[in-house]
Amino acid sequence: MADMTSPRCPMPQQDPAERAQNFQEVALGYTPEMAVQEAGRCLDCKRPFCVEGCPVNVRIPDFIARVADGDFEAAYQIITSTNGLPAISGRVCPQESQCEARCVRGVKGEPVAIGRLERFVADWHLAHHAQPAQPAQPNNYAHVAVVGAGPAGLTCAYDLAQQGYAVTLFEAFHTIGGVLVYGIPEFRLPKAIVHRTEEDLRSLGVQIRTNMVVGRVLTLDELFQQGYQAIFLATGAGLPNFMGIPGEGLAGVYSANEFLTRINLMHAWREEYDTPLPSGKTVAVVGGGNVAMDAARCARRLGAEVHLVYRRGREEMPARAEEVEHAMEEGIHFHFLTNPTAVIDDGAGRACNLNCVRMELGEPDENGRRRPMEVPGSDFLMAVDTVVMALGTSPNPLIRMADESLEVNRRGCFVVDEETMRTSREGVYAGGDAVTGAATVILAMGAGKKAAKAIMKYLDANQQV
Amino acid sequence: MPNIVTKRPLNPTVTYMELDCPEIARKAKPGQFVMVRPDERGERIPLTIADYDPVRGTVTIMYQRVGVTTQKLDLLNAGDNVLDVVGPLGNPTEVEGARRAMVIGGGVGSAIAYPQAKGLHASGVQVDVIIGFRTKQLVLLEGSFRRSCSNLYITTDDGTYGEQGFVSSKLSELLSEGRQYDLVIAIGPVPMMRSVAQVTEPYGIKTLVSLNPLMVDGTGMCGCCRVRVGGQTKFACVDGPDFDGHQVDYDELIIRNSVYRAQENAAKEAHACNLQKMADAARKGGDR
Repeated sequence: MADMTSPRCPMPQQDPAERAQNFQEVALGYTPEMAVQEAGRCLDCKRPFCVEGCPVNVRIPDFIARVADGDFEAAYQIITSTNGLPAISGRVCPQESQCEARCVRGVKGEPVAIGRLERFVADWHLAHHAQPAQPAQPNNYAHVAVVGAGPAGLTCAYDLAQQGYAVTLFEAFHTIGGVLVYGIPEFRLPKAIVHRTEEDLRSLGVQIRTNMVVGRVLTLDELFQQGYQAIFLATGAGLPNFMGIPGEGLAGVYSANEFLTRINLMHAWREEYDTPLPSGKTVAVVGGGNVAMDAARCARRLGAEVHLVYRRGREEMPARAEEVEHAMEEGIHFHFLTNPTAVIDDGAGRACNLNCVRMELGEPDENGRRRPMEVPGSDFLMAVDTVVMALGTSPNPLIRMADESLEVNRRGCFVVDEETMRTSREGVYAGGDAVTGAATVILAMGAGKKAAKAIMKYLDANQQV
Repeated sequence: MPNIVTKRPLNPTVTYMELDCPEIARKAKPGQFVMVRPDERGERIPLTIADYDPVRGTVTIMYQRVGVTTQKLDLLNAGDNVLDVVGPLGNPTEVEGARRAMVIGGGVGSAIAYPQAKGLHASGVQVDVIIGFRTKQLVLLEGSFRRSCSNLYITTDDGTYGEQGFVSSKLSELLSEGRQYDLVIAIGPVPMMRSVAQVTEPYGIKTLVSLNPLMVDGTGMCGCCRVRVGGQTKFACVDGPDFDGHQVDYDELIIRNSVYRAQENAAKEAHACNLQKMADAARKGGDR
């Protein structure tokens, strides 16, 4: 019987003062001893609720039992039987609202640190097994085009290739990874992990075509004409939203996507790279999600004084709890119940102030979140030279503009069958943020998995005919 | 990696570069652009597709050496590869229904205006062209334009070639003389496009301007290229790059395009010596 009083093993971290000045990973990972100790806290429940809480149903108690035995490679094999990208999900999943939220130990104390254990196992495997993944069985009869190489596309390509299907992965950028490379910063997800995923995919026989914008260069019809028998659309929700307040066009106002892409994908913070860097001294980041935290923490690392402006309270923040804690430790100033109403011009076209109002929370809306309302007469100015809008994103429009046969909803998301992820067009599947609107990495990975399964079923049925 | 098929100077500051990009050439239409990244550490910049040949599988870009990226690009020669070329992006220019068109180019914008004139002329539209430059030395593609239009007018700011003055004043003159157009396309510096739109507005002539805001991805992801058109926020990469010239907020566009000017100038100076080294190395390589 596990010791019910033991607290969970803390995660070793870089010191906040130090890490606020570098882009190296914040959370350093468990040692084998820590992992074994933490694994010992798992109760190995008969009915593991944690597995139900996981969008890709990782067999959590099974892998944790192997960790407790010290058989880390066996634990890795168990995880990757349902999750091809554990080094990524172990780092970026909101475990506190998924698997760990359902952990029985969490009822009275702290839940088992499932995410940290997953990350440990994945990192241990990467460190001890140089050999990239191998296909389960060669079976190259059917060609699948996967469009978009973010979490959904990578997972779908991985699962299909592992089962021996021939996959071509199309990516508009010069490198694969999607939000994992342009959005999530190095200090939260080292890019070496994404590169390793690329090696795995190539080793599984996946053809990777970067710089290829499906919708502009190739249409879906042309992909079918080229011999692809099924298509998975994982084009994400890239189009940034703005508030529609005065002054959003001023110099010094960015979407979080632009701000993060310049820093993460284009390496603007490194002197030897050419892309210009947003150079704010005092930065306001507007929003309360993970993207807002990433932008704020990047700005902090570039030496700025950073203010996070969010119209609801801390409790209502959609960001992972750990990211909010880390941001606070790093010296970011949080302004809860505060909403911008205008960006003020310095007279030369640059932002110099953010006009804000105080908010209070009213009755819950249809989603159960309490609606923020302006406090009349509470206007005040926040002196900033840079404003980053992290207000969420809408689906990328390029494919629906190029192929009107695909059904989309009011928000521009592809409409799919919830079970099979099939769109209104035969042989065309979609998943991830392109279907749900902006959501999480793990939900996109779950959608990629589901689609891979449905595509295999569809192709196998066609093959028999 | 696309190979450079031909490269030649069009004038002392503008270079013509033809790239081997069969998939882009097959789809390209006038008004679209490509994103180019010259090397691993380079920036992604948008360049309008100045010409394309689906049979040879080539796409032509014409660029002015203004920043680090165009300078780096210019160090490459025929036979070299450009690291990334993505496209065609943006929407093709909508010219349907036009019978008498005026195509106007300012400076390097003239190079980009050329395929518009050529395309319209080839499809039987009557085309007049005004191209304007600072001075005689910078005049480009005169012969090509002559073959692609009914009337070609050239202006220079200093009067060293063609007529002295701005393209907008020439247009104003032609319109006041009673010349009729049902479409005006203006491509060039933002103040020039604004002046042209101001001239055509009282006449109610449909006027398209090809906007050139800063971009990072070019596929609807970064929002850097947002412009105010008719009071709404539009993204030039997916909604444009052509917009109704009478609806564009040019002041905001000028501000947004100046965001990195100080950094760009500093970078240009810092890179000047590095670029010289690269040029020297390239020359040595060529000697072998």
